[in-house]
Amino acid sequence: MIRLENVHKAFGDNRVLQGMNLDIPKGTSMVIIGGSGTGKSVALKCVLGLIKPDSGMIYVDGKDAATGDRDAFLARFGMLFQGAALFDSLPVWQNVSFRLLRGPLKRPAEYAREIAIDKLRRVGLKSDVADRFPSELSGGMQKRVGLARAIAAEPEIIFFDEPTTGLDPIMSGVINDLIREIVTEMGATAMTITHDMSSVRAIADNVAMLHGGVIQWTGPVEQMDASGDPYVEQFISGSAEGPIEAVR
Amino acid sequence: MNPLRLLGGIGRAVLTVFATFGKVALFTVDAISHVFRPPFYPREFVVALMNIGWLSLPVVGLTAIFTGGALALQIYAGGARFNAEAVVPQIVAIGMVRELGPVLGGLMIAARVTSSIAAEIATMKVTEQIDALVTLSTHPMKYLTAPRVLAAILTVPVLVAVGDVIGIAGGYVVATQNLGFNSAAYLQNTVNFLELHDVISSLVKGATFGLITAVMGCYYGMNSGRGAQGVGRATKSSVEAAAIMILAANFILTGVFFSV
Repeated sequence: MIRLENVHKAFGDNRVLQGMNLDIPKGTSMVIIGGSGTGKSVALKCVLGLIKPDSGMIYVDGKDAATGDRDAFLARFGMLFQGAALFDSLPVWQNVSFRLLRGPLKRPAEYAREIAIDKLRRVGLKSDVADRFPSELSGGMQKRVGLARAIAAEPEIIFFDEPTTGLDPIMSGVINDLIREIVTEMGATAMTITHDMSSVRAIADNVAMLHGGVIQWTGPVEQMDASGDPYVEQFISGSAEGPIEAVR
Repeated sequence: MNPLRLLGGIGRAVLTVFATFGKVALFTVDAISHVFRPPFYPREFVVALMNIGWLSLPVVGLTAIFTGGALALQIYAGGARFNAEAVVPQIVAIGMVRELGPVLGGLMIAARVTSSIAAEIATMKVTEQIDALVTLSTHPMKYLTAPRVLAAILTVPVLVAVGDVIGIAGGYVVATQNLGFNSAAYLQNTVNFLELHDVISSLVKGATFGLITAVMGCYYGMNSGRGAQGVGRATKSSVEAAAIMILAANFILTGVFFSV
């Protein structure tokens, strides 16, 4: 279970999170939706400790996320970044098995390579991709490699930051299906941020609408269309009319 | 212009300079501490050795050989005014080893290595690769900064020493081929005149300039702003800061080694 309690974060005068509360039950897939610049990525990075909240508490399985063994804490997480964030200087297989090549989870290089190729297959990439460099791959392939890296160490919790941004609808569908399958198969807790409604319907067990620095509505994905919440309704319809200002 | 506003602007600029000095000092201490604390990343260290040391050799060598040659011509021309042309080997040797070898080598390495480190790390920052490192339980200071700092401290003195030798060789070629110096006498004068103290000062300067070039590249890369403009600004600032700090450190070290 991940719990955010009254989390605040500001950058100068820009108060991004203004008391965000959210519960993500263990083994479920939560998708946070909201417009650009509403703090979705900030919330996610606060959980990981990449950004320190100004105030509020974040708990993972009842323990304060800001204290304790940082390496052990991060070892429980996998993350797919918006632009994949692959390391340019390393071939694909070393990107995927990065964690297995160094640090406390270090394994022999041959074994790490096998794992990498296995995970690449899992995301629909052939083994010949393993020796290429990230710059030689298309955007969709980079996202898949990023996904393979996120699941390589079989984490309990996986974060997906805008997993389909910049991809065509077909590739978006492939990535969405992969995420859903992998999360279900691994029994992982997932937190995804997106403004792609097809991703929401494909990935989510639960949905949370973030606007104005707080969660405006949260509930099961099945109830999203009939939520009655004006923010959610406007977001789903993509209308310029409603409580969310079109010009921000 | 309102004088109070002007004073305020000057005050803010001074405070910014001091704040930056403080941040750079803390960053340097942190970077050095990570050199000695595990985990270590030998592969990254070897890559940094190659990039900073081996691949900088042509730039440093070419800079040194032309500088040594020009120095020989200048000393000969200047010395001729008071019949002191014979001091060319000694002054080329002392000039290259004590000053021009380390300083010009350091500046060339700042241009080549500091800019490259800053641009690479800044790009990693704006493309979230630094965040990715953290989520993969890898400390960016250990993985990115410590190997580069250690490699620079170890390789730049070697580069400077090689540059010193090449610079002296440049002076030797010009003196013996164009200025009529005897080859054996030139070499004998060079060897006899140089002292161990001169060589040590050159190596210490090299190590210090190596530290400066790597730290400045890493610091500005890690603290880069967003987007292409952020990367460009980080790269430019890193080279400016490294060059100024190399010249300032050279002045201080020259005072320490050679103050009468």
